[in-house]
Amino acid sequence: MSGKRYVARSTAIAAREIGDETMVMSATTSTLFTLDEVGSVIWEAADGVTSLDEIVANKICAQYDIAPEVALKDAEVFVEALAKHGILLLSDEPIVQPNSLSEGTV
Amino acid sequence: MSALMAEMVDKALKMKIPLSVQLDLTYRCNERCIHCYLDHDDHGEMTTAEIKDLLDQMAAAGVFFLTISGGEILMRRDFYEILEHARLRTFSVKLKTNGVLIRKKEADRLHSLGVESVQISIYSHHPEVHDAITKMPGSLKQSMNAVRLLRKHGIHVVIANVLMVQNAHDYQGVRALAIELGAQFIMDPTITPMMDGDRSILSLNVDQASLREVFRNEALVGNVEEFCAPPQGPGEDALDMLPCSAGHTACYVSPYGDVYPCVQFPLPSGNVRRTKFLDIWRDSPQLNEVRSITLRDMPSCSKCTHGGTCTRCPGLAYLEGNMRGPSYQDCEKSYARTGIPSDILKKMRASQAPLQLVQIQGLQQVAQDLVVAATATCPAGT
Repeated sequence: MSGKRYVARSTAIAAREIGDETMVMSATTSTLFTLDEVGSVIWEAADGVTSLDEIVANKICAQYDIAPEVALKDAEVFVEALAKHGILLLSDEPIVQPNSLSEGTV
Repeated sequence: MSALMAEMVDKALKMKIPLSVQLDLTYRCNERCIHCYLDHDDHGEMTTAEIKDLLDQMAAAGVFFLTISGGEILMRRDFYEILEHARLRTFSVKLKTNGVLIRKKEADRLHSLGVESVQISIYSHHPEVHDAITKMPGSLKQSMNAVRLLRKHGIHVVIANVLMVQNAHDYQGVRALAIELGAQFIMDPTITPMMDGDRSILSLNVDQASLREVFRNEALVGNVEEFCAPPQGPGEDALDMLPCSAGHTACYVSPYGDVYPCVQFPLPSGNVRRTKFLDIWRDSPQLNEVRSITLRDMPSCSKCTHGGTCTRCPGLAYLEGNMRGPSYQDCEKSYARTGIPSDILKKMRASQAPLQLVQIQGLQQVAQDLVVAATATCPAGT
């Protein structure tokens, strides 16, 4: 994968940390997901302006004993899976989130 | 419940996380339903700022499922401000409303705010029956318009049908309406006492024959043979089971900030105007007492043949005078379901003893009563 990719949490979700996991529910389909510890780190860091490779380098590789290329590949598979369910947004450009839910597309 | 959800609930239980909260924004309402357990006055509702602060505290405490109810929630002018704040805190929000005030603009807004579901009470498919229950002419038409608008936006709508004498035979018609509109249908055959202790509305409860009919409707209960199977008595496992989620992974907050284990279990356990939500959740002696009770601790129910399968509501038991005691209303339901009366039901019917209902009051009132009691008995005052 060449070029930077940006990830942002959709506003059409409900989410809460439960211990070291994160519960995420799609507001459109009511489908429930649980993210494990590493998935929760990526989820929390998905602010739309930090690129995925930076998240992997600064939040994953800095905390876990894993090769950067392996971690990035796993992270890409993970974010693409969440994006397919509409709970995470993926873009080649930084993602600007609306200031309020009313003005956004959820 | 899905396996994933069961796993998260189990985790929340172990970590003492209040996964679900019902927050009533107001007891004011534009309808006057004959079976309603609330008064319709404003005794000092929490302000917008207080509610937003409470939502922040609840998010930090781990609350995920938030039911916003009332009264009629749209009677609050700040309703959308509160809802938007709740969604910004990423709660999964379920709304309970009569839908009368929902027009296209409101449906658009609810859709844009990403609520998980909207529950609307429909009592009958006959306007004259529904409107007589709500005491509001034209209310069925308005509520059904709301259902249609919300469904048009793809919002998950739940049609709730409370069964009572007046509409005992209309649930099939309401269910058909729900199916036609792509809404979920749920039914509750229990009328509960009013919050001020008035039990006159209990006379609206349907009789045994109607309950039996409902419990033998496959569309409502699934496998009738299994649902109505004779009780086997509580096994050893059942004796250690928790009665329900009230106080364990769920609680209720009133418009005045009072915290109870559940909306149907009005045991005053703290007030968020004086104590932080998480401190009440963790340290309230009342909630800790509720948490300590298993079927083994219930003198009558632990020996009852229905003990392992009864849908006993601890809140109704509390309202009947003892949170470790039976709930007579649930004894009636177990009887209607299986045809076998519990010993408790037999005794109750033989004695015709009136139920000793608890009068519900907020903590402020409890504190005032304690002051009055202390003043009356304190030797220092004489």
